[in-house]
Amino acid sequence: MGGFSRRLAALTKKETKELLRDNSSLLMGVVLPLVLILIIGCGMSLDVKDVPTAVVLEDHAPTARDAVSFVRGSDYFAPVYVNSFQEAEAMLRAHEVDAILAVPPDFSRRLLAGDAHLQLILNGVESTSAMSAQGYVEAGVRAFAAEFAARRGASAGGVSIVSRIWFNDANTSTWFYVPGILMLVLTISGVFLTAVVMAREWERGTFESLFVTPMRVLELILAKTIPYFVIALLGMLLCLVVGRYLYELPMRAPLAAILGVSMLYLVTALSIGLVISALTKSQYLACHISLMVSFLPAVILSGFLFDLHAEPLAIRVVSRLLPTTYYLDALKSLLLAGGSPIVVAQDTAALMAFTLLFLALAFAMTRKKVDA
Amino acid sequence: MADVIAARSLTKVFPGKKGQPDTCALSGVTLAARAGEMTALIGPDGAGKTTFMRLVCGLMDRTAGELSVCGLDVFRTPQDVQDLLSYMPQKFGLYEDLTVAENLTLYADLHGVPAAVREERFTRLLHMTGLAAFTGRLAGNLSGGMKQKLGLACTLVRSPRLLLLDEPTVGVDPLSRRELWEILTQLVREEHLSVLVSTAYMEEAARCDRVYVLHCGQLLMGGTPEALRTAAAGLCYEVQAPPHLPLRLLQSALLTAPGVLDAVPAGGVVRFLTRRAPEELAPLRALGLQARPAEPRLEDGFMKLLKEAEAEGAAPPAEVETAAQGAAETLPLPPPASAAPALIEVEDLVKKFGAFTAVAHTSFSVHRGEVFGLLGPNGAGKTTTFRMLCGLLPATSGKLRVAGVDLRTARTQARANIGYVAQKFSLYANLTVYENLRFFGGAYGLYGRQLRERIAAVAEEFHLTDRMDEAAERLPGGYKQRLSMAAALIHAPGILFLDEPTSGIDPLARRTFWQEITRLAAGGTTIVITTHFMEEAEYCDRFMIQDHGKMLVLGSPAEIRARLGREGAPMDEVFIAIVEQARREKEGT
Repeated sequence: MGGFSRRLAALTKKETKELLRDNSSLLMGVVLPLVLILIIGCGMSLDVKDVPTAVVLEDHAPTARDAVSFVRGSDYFAPVYVNSFQEAEAMLRAHEVDAILAVPPDFSRRLLAGDAHLQLILNGVESTSAMSAQGYVEAGVRAFAAEFAARRGASAGGVSIVSRIWFNDANTSTWFYVPGILMLVLTISGVFLTAVVMAREWERGTFESLFVTPMRVLELILAKTIPYFVIALLGMLLCLVVGRYLYELPMRAPLAAILGVSMLYLVTALSIGLVISALTKSQYLACHISLMVSFLPAVILSGFLFDLHAEPLAIRVVSRLLPTTYYLDALKSLLLAGGSPIVVAQDTAALMAFTLLFLALAFAMTRKKVDA
Repeated sequence: MADVIAARSLTKVFPGKKGQPDTCALSGVTLAARAGEMTALIGPDGAGKTTFMRLVCGLMDRTAGELSVCGLDVFRTPQDVQDLLSYMPQKFGLYEDLTVAENLTLYADLHGVPAAVREERFTRLLHMTGLAAFTGRLAGNLSGGMKQKLGLACTLVRSPRLLLLDEPTVGVDPLSRRELWEILTQLVREEHLSVLVSTAYMEEAARCDRVYVLHCGQLLMGGTPEALRTAAAGLCYEVQAPPHLPLRLLQSALLTAPGVLDAVPAGGVVRFLTRRAPEELAPLRALGLQARPAEPRLEDGFMKLLKEAEAEGAAPPAEVETAAQGAAETLPLPPPASAAPALIEVEDLVKKFGAFTAVAHTSFSVHRGEVFGLLGPNGAGKTTTFRMLCGLLPATSGKLRVAGVDLRTARTQARANIGYVAQKFSLYANLTVYENLRFFGGAYGLYGRQLRERIAAVAEEFHLTDRMDEAAERLPGGYKQRLSMAAALIHAPGILFLDEPTSGIDPLARRTFWQEITRLAAGGTTIVITTHFMEEAEYCDRFMIQDHGKMLVLGSPAEIRARLGREGAPMDEVFIAIVEQARREKEGT
């Protein structure tokens, strides 16, 4: 095996030198992830704060005032008190407020009868903000109702629903996105860089010379993956550090488990890149195929941007066919929930199956021939 | 001696893409290359030379037949064969981000060259290739000739049982080409290498022990260079052109005369091949010229074989018949071109890219109806000069007038007088011939009846009338080039610029191409052309040789030969003499 290790070392050295001298790979592997995490972390927050809300008190009873008192002193609302519904409506139309919370004149009377209503009108144009605001209002009103019931010594039949958002106690969406960015970094570095470097050798005609040497296909594939594995891991670690110290991302599972699953996913991504590079000999095509099969699904279908539970069945089925989904699932569980052993084990098994499949494909498709 | 390559009835068919027929790259080729010898593969483009090389390397699967290399079956044990041989493909894949030394080390590691031998081997290779001073330079920053030498050095990091070289000198200037062959012959002598080399240059084939001629996938002949050369014995003649008659006019007339197999301007005369008595040939009779018999060269034997193979219908029909006939039969004696007004005037032209001077203080002028050549090795500055003349690149300083218009101030106006044929086929591949012509006519502002008339005229001129509804990409190579020229001439410009139109074209197609040029020039079009085939300077009225951005020489072929005292010398030798003289002068100062 002297020949194997000697040739592998020579090829890996060559690949590393090319990688270091060609800034574009480093940019894509290390700088791009950092830029992504900073931009998305700071700019792409889905949290709703200080929603301008018009509060219309048509019932002047103290209980009515109590019922909507949660808006005061809350981070989520910036209340404006008005006297008539018409006035509030005008403000909503003028985009001075995004929500109207109205207490009807008969509120306190009907409350005693256990049949009170509050009216909430939201600006549906900003649907995400509207949904959040709705949730906050509902929670606030329920809290009031529970308290009110308790004060009156209500019977045991009174049901109070308390919803909490788990695993993101601070409800910071940055926490929700950082695992997604880690996933993106590994996907970009893994799939893109590998797919493109093989195509580059085809385009420059270097393979024709390289093939007619004692080099074996296994050596070529290993030498192509090792440097990019390191680069991608570096980018991922940087993101993890930034996430931890800038956004105070919790890491509730041992670091070893997080890194272990990440490395496994990285090998999956690299093997997808190898399959793409065996399919096409053009860098341009390799880029586009990578974009279509890895990057876009990773962003849209893996649960990174959109919660998969809210998607139609067909989309959920498709997302189950992507390795990215399993990795993101495992990573979120590890980082935010401390890692449920069953979830992580299932995801790991799925990733391993994908890795084996793609590696087998890559080996079957990469041949030392020029007419394939 | 044992055969190092033995091919029996070797056939390779490439399945056609949808709608296209299969292409047969090799059909039933049987040949042998002996150990310790140099074997040459020659033939026009598409003959199957590269396919044969790749089959020998185990880079392709055969369709039928047998092939053994060093006694091993390539198709059964490709890796075992690859362990024994070294291969330098046409475009040698150097890693441009690695230095000269790193490229060598990579290949030495892959071939398992022991460290002890390596030191001595590298020193020797670097010395031979003249790269010793550049070991730390990135391969991407080497000149074309140096890259080629480094590619050769990389294939020779160990002494292979068999060395395969696919057109190792294509696009390399004559000086570098000579050096490359010196390295090669020295190694063959010292290490008893077996070599298979494919080449487009006949003088390179003449250095080999054995020559195989391939044509459209079939083997036409195999034997010693001497046998191929003497195939044309008794058929070769040369004739001196009368003063003021450009060689190309006489050559073109001879080429179209019935019974003439080949005619080419060379060394200040026109050489031609015919089975008939030269006195019977109409162009010679009309001018009262006396031809004298000449010694056959390898190229003559090669051209004779190809022409006869084509005449038998083994190949696509020759495109020679009609081109240039009109101009050739009457042989008008044009007035000396230098008497015509200057159409292009260049004074003290300079182009700098940052600190790098691509073109330094160049002055020349081109007269109406002249064929003007820009010659030089790769990186000499000819493409840069050319782009400035076409108004594609602004000059750093100097005067530049084309058809009386200053290119620095009125580029658009100057362009109306210019037709430009780019090096790469740059028409729309999936538009038909007619659509391409209509588009380019429209782009030059032609419309209505005028456009229709011009399309009809250029289609007629370039024999495209039968192919008007075919997609451009489906056209055979020769037609593609004629379509490019037709599109460039659609607006009837006075000047036609052609950038390396003959690179990658075989000798047969090149003859046809120059006939078109001859006809255009006779019709009053001024031609400016770049080429790296030095012998094509013979077709030009005047030419200029550039090297490292400097103009080394300017004049007619005869003038330049006379200045160097080398009458009758081939252009390659003239070029080498000029460049060496210039380099000596540079060292002297």
